[in-house]
Amino acid sequence: MDIPREKLIEMYERMVTIRQFEEGAAGLMRDGRIKGMVHLYAGEEAVAVGACFAVGKEDYIASTHRGHGHLIAKGGDPKNMYAELFGGQDGYCHGKGGSVHIADLDLGILGANGIVGAGPPIAVGAAFAAQYKGERGVSLCFFGDGATNQGTVHEALNLAAILKLPVVFICENNLYGEWTRQDRHQTVKDIAERAKAYAIPGITVDGMDVMAVHEAVSEAVERARRGDGPSLVECKTYRYFDHQGVGDGAADRAAEEMEEWRARDAIVRFRRHLVQTEALTEAEAEDIDRRVAARIEEAIAFAAASPLPTEEDLLTDVYA
Amino acid sequence: MRPIIYLMAINEALQQEMERDSTIFVAGEDVGQHPPFGVTMGLLPRFGPQRVVDTPISESAILGLAVGAAAAGLRPVVEIMFMDFLFVAFDQVINQMAKMRYMFGGKAKLPIVVRSPCGGGYSLAAQHSQSLEAMLCHIPGLKVVMPATPYDAKGLLTAAIRDDNPVFFLEHKKCYTVAGDVPQEQYEVPLGVAEVKRPGSDVTIVATSYMVHEALQAADELAKRGIEAEVIDPRTLLPLDMEAILTSVRKTHRVVIVHEAVEFCGVGAEIAAQVAEAAFDALEAPPLRVAAPFCPVPFSPPLEEAYLPNAQKITDTVLSVAQAKT
Ligand SMILES: Cc1ncc(C[n+]2csc(CCOP(=O)(O)OP(=O)(O)O)c2C)c(N)n1
Ligand SMILES: [Mg+2]
Repeated sequence: MDIPREKLIEMYERMVTIRQFEEGAAGLMRDGRIKGMVHLYAGEEAVAVGACFAVGKEDYIASTHRGHGHLIAKGGDPKNMYAELFGGQDGYCHGKGGSVHIADLDLGILGANGIVGAGPPIAVGAAFAAQYKGERGVSLCFFGDGATNQGTVHEALNLAAILKLPVVFICENNLYGEWTRQDRHQTVKDIAERAKAYAIPGITVDGMDVMAVHEAVSEAVERARRGDGPSLVECKTYRYFDHQGVGDGAADRAAEEMEEWRARDAIVRFRRHLVQTEALTEAEAEDIDRRVAARIEEAIAFAAASPLPTEEDLLTDVYA
Repeated sequence: MRPIIYLMAINEALQQEMERDSTIFVAGEDVGQHPPFGVTMGLLPRFGPQRVVDTPISESAILGLAVGAAAAGLRPVVEIMFMDFLFVAFDQVINQMAKMRYMFGGKAKLPIVVRSPCGGGYSLAAQHSQSLEAMLCHIPGLKVVMPATPYDAKGLLTAAIRDDNPVFFLEHKKCYTVAGDVPQEQYEVPLGVAEVKRPGSDVTIVATSYMVHEALQAADELAKRGIEAEVIDPRTLLPLDMEAILTSVRKTHRVVIVHEAVEFCGVGAEIAAQVAEAAFDALEAPPLRVAAPFCPVPFSPPLEEAYLPNAQKITDTVLSVAQAKT
C-alpha cells in the first residue's frame, strides 16, 4: 500500500496519543480522581488506528466498552474525553455516560457500549441507512473475542450478509473475555473462520501491526463501498492492563505470555518501521511523543477544571 | 451466629445447598475462576467444573440452559453478572421460563434461581446500575426476591433454591459488604414473608433492598424529632406480603414507600394502590413514594447522587406527612 508520509506520521501520532491517554487515565484512577469503570485500550492501538484510518469522518463506527482508542483514532479530542471521565460538563456526553459510554456522534461514533455484543447490530443499522440513502458510507464495527459468543453478533453478520450491507466487522481478539482465556470460551482459534458460516470474506491479521490492519480493513472497506457486502477482519492483539482498571493482568495471565506480547509492541514496531523507511527520524519521533505528552497534560488540566453537572441537568436529554 | 458480610452469606448458602443436593449446579460468566464480586468464590475448587460452569458471554444461552436443565430435572442457580444484562436474553425469562409450566398445563417444574447484582451508587452509569425488579414483577410465573441483610440473604437464597419455581434473586451491590449476624447452620427465610425491621407507631416506611438501610437511618433521624417510624422490608416482592404492610398501615395511618427503581410504574405504585384499595379508611395522608426520577442512571457522581434516593430524601418525605406527636 502506498500511504503518503503525512498520513503515516499522523497514524503514529494517533497511536501514541491513545497510549498516553490511557496511561493518563490509569494515573487518574490510581489517584482516585475518576470514578466508575474504565477499560483501558493500551496495547491494542494498531487495531483502532489501522482500521479508522481506512474510513472518513462521514463513516460510522460502533465501539465497545473498551472505547477510548476508537474515539481517539476517529479524531476524538482528549480534552473532552478526560472531561467525560471526570463526569464534567465539557465531556463528550456531558458527564452522563462516562468511560463506558464515551462517544461523539458528530465523529460518526455510535457509542462505546456497556453491553457486550450490542454494537454490531447497530453498525448494521447505520450501514443500512447509508445503502438506503444511496450514500457511499460504510460502518466499521469493533467487538472482542468474547463478544463473538453473543447471538447478536451472529445475527448482525447474517443480516449484513443477506442484505449485502457496507459493514466491516472488526474482531479485536485479545485472547481474553474478561478473565476467561479464549480457549475456555470458544472452540475456534481464528475467529475469522466464522465468516464461512455467512459466506463472506474472513481474514486474520496481526493486530500488533498497524500496516497489516490498515491494509486488510482498507480492502474490506473498498469492497463494501463497491456494494459487495460485509467482511470480517480478525486482529490478534493484546491488552496491557487488567480487563478493567489499572492492574497489569498478571493475576490471570502468564508472565511469559505478557512479555511475549509486549515485545511485539505496536507503537515501538511502527516507529522502527517509519525510521527504517526514512519516513521519520528518531528526533522527529521523539518530538511527536513530547508534543502528545504536552497535549495530554493540558487535556487533563482542562478536564479537571471542567464544571460538574448539577441537579438541573438530571432530567434533560431523556427525550428529543 | 457470627457476623459475616452479605456476599459471604450468599456464598455460604450456595455451598451448603450444593453440599446437600447434587442436582444443584452453578453457571455464569467467570463464576468459577474469577467470581464477579467474589460471591461464588471457593465453589469451583470444592465442587468441580461440572457443577460450577464458567460460561461464554452468552446470556440467552445461560438462561436457556437453566430452563432446559430444570425441565430435565436439575436445579440450576445461574448468575447474570449485572441485572442490566438480563435484557439481552429476556425471551428466555419472559416467554420461556415464566410460562412453560402454565402453557404445558402444569406439567413442567422449573426450580431455577437467577442471581444478579442490581442497583447504583458506584458511578457505573446507565447500563450497569439499574433496578429493574418491577419488570420481573409484571410477569406471572416468576418470583422476585431482594434481600437487604446478610441473614435474609442466606435464608432467602436457601428457600429460593428449594422452591420449585423460577426465582430472581437480586443482590444490591451496596449490600455486598453490609455485615450482620448469620447462623452457621442452614435455615430458610420463607419467600413471600415481610419483616418489620424496626417497630414504630407514627408512620410506616416500606423499603426494599439497599433502601432498607437508608430507611433505618432515616428512622433514627425521625426518632430524634419525635416521630417513630415502622420500617417494613417486604424481602420478597413477588409474591408480595401485603398483609404485613396493611397491618402496619392500619396502626400508623401513614405510609411512605421507598425503592431505588424509577418511581413511575415501580413496585411502590403497586403497594400504594393496594394500600389505597384495602385500607383507604385507615389513611390519614396520601401514600407517598421516594424513588428514582424518570431518567437513566447517570454516570457523573453529583448527578448520580441527585438521582439516588437516600435517608435525607426519605426523612424529608416522611416529615411532609407525619408530625411529631406533642
Ligand atoms: C451482555 C454483557 N454481558 C457481560 C458483560 C460483562 N463484560 C464486560 S466486558 C466483558 C468481556 C468482553 O470480552 P471481549 O468481547 O473479548 O472484549 P475485551 O474486554 O477483551 O476487549 C464482559 C463479560 C457485559 N458488559 N455485557
Ligand atoms: Mg477479549
